[in-house]
Amino acid sequence: MKLLYYPGCTLRTVAQTFDLSAKAVAAALDIELVELTDFTCCGGLFPQTTDNLMSLLAPARVLVHAQRTDPAQRLMTLCTFCYNTLKRTHYTLAQDAQKRAIVSEYLEEPYRAEVRVVHLLEVLRDDIGYEAISQKIAANGAVQALQGARVAPYYGCLLLRPSDEIGMDDPEQPTILEDLLHTLGCTVVDFPWKTECCGSFLSVSKPELARQCSQTIVQRATQLGAEMLVTTCPLCSYNIAYMGPNHTAMTVAYFTQLLGLALGLDQDQLGLRTDALHQQMTSQWKGGAI
Amino acid sequence: MRALIHKNNMQEKDLLREVEELSGQNLYACYQCGKCTAGCPLAFSMDILPHTIIRLMQLGQLEPVLSSNTPWHCAACLTCSSRCPKGVDLARVMEALRALLIRAGYAPIQVFRLPAELAAQLPQQAAVSALRKHSG
Ligand code: SF4
Ligand code: SF4
Repeated sequence: MKLLYYPGCTLRTVAQTFDLSAKAVAAALDIELVELTDFTCCGGLFPQTTDNLMSLLAPARVLVHAQRTDPAQRLMTLCTFCYNTLKRTHYTLAQDAQKRAIVSEYLEEPYRAEVRVVHLLEVLRDDIGYEAISQKIAANGAVQALQGARVAPYYGCLLLRPSDEIGMDDPEQPTILEDLLHTLGCTVVDFPWKTECCGSFLSVSKPELARQCSQTIVQRATQLGAEMLVTTCPLCSYNIAYMGPNHTAMTVAYFTQLLGLALGLDQDQLGLRTDALHQQMTSQWKGGAI
Repeated sequence: MRALIHKNNMQEKDLLREVEELSGQNLYACYQCGKCTAGCPLAFSMDILPHTIIRLMQLGQLEPVLSSNTPWHCAACLTCSSRCPKGVDLARVMEALRALLIRAGYAPIQVFRLPAELAAQLPQQAAVSALRKHSG
């Protein structure tokens, strides 16, 4: 299976482990990722005022880039912000022909509103299937790798909302991440704070507020006996690891890293040796498989 | 924000209409159940709670709303929007309030000097998004 891939800025810098582990996992599951060349910024957050068309240009430019590269393929993203912004921008431009026409004036070519933005989590559930992942894990003989690891799934805020535009899963009671983690053999903690916001970009403008949001999440996960929070977003990971209590007291990992471990992939490919956070993960983790 | 009201020579009802237009929301749809506030992860820090922001606007009282820290403490997490039983997209209302203030020249962004260790790890998405939320 072939997919276009848009890593975005953060996966090329502080979240390289997410990029690396996703690529390794995709290769192991026979997904061919065709990365957009010379990609530009998605703009970070979707502009929510009705008249702010200027802020739609950055995400629309990425969509047009995908359209030009290979209109037959879906565009896969990993970073929650990229996913949310690109998908909402597509939705807005698909619904509103007038906005689409105005925005298109500023782009290299008109946007035809046909790009299908997907997240790797959706690809794993809908295209590959958990059953096939189980079989692959068993075939690689790595079925025990994550046995017994007590993990709390953490979706954060923007992966699922607004659900009528995003449509990945139920915005209040999602299970897509739990279902994957179960498949990997993890002990999944029932975590009521899984869609609570970590404080998002307030870590730049009001760091003390982001700190309080993240602390609550880490404390609740700790109280529920979780050893690790599994995230899908570099900013969630950052806030939890650096804004939470005691800086990194809670182990934080991307779902792609756990999937890679379960598939028996080389730790270097998953970024487990280079990133301080994940080094801590390897030293703290009771499962001891890594 | 009397200054804002005077500066643009606008009446409070004009500003109210502007908030409705910018957000695309009907403020009078809100029946004050408080679900938005109950779920808001930043409510603890807001000087006016999210549902009260709406109520004040329903009553035409824009001044306390525009002077409040609430729009600036909102993380645009969409919890309120996804839970409102009346379909009010409160996150859009918060964005409209920020836009109104920014476009009138009121720009409250304070970029903090993060400790080097934190700055080195800061995801770019956070910096880009924070600047977006403070630039209308
Ligand atoms: S949840 Fe909706 S109806 Fe209830 S108080 Fe908030 S905005 Fe109003
Ligand atoms: S979008 Fe803003 S007001 Fe709504 S719940 Fe999130 S932080 Fe609170």
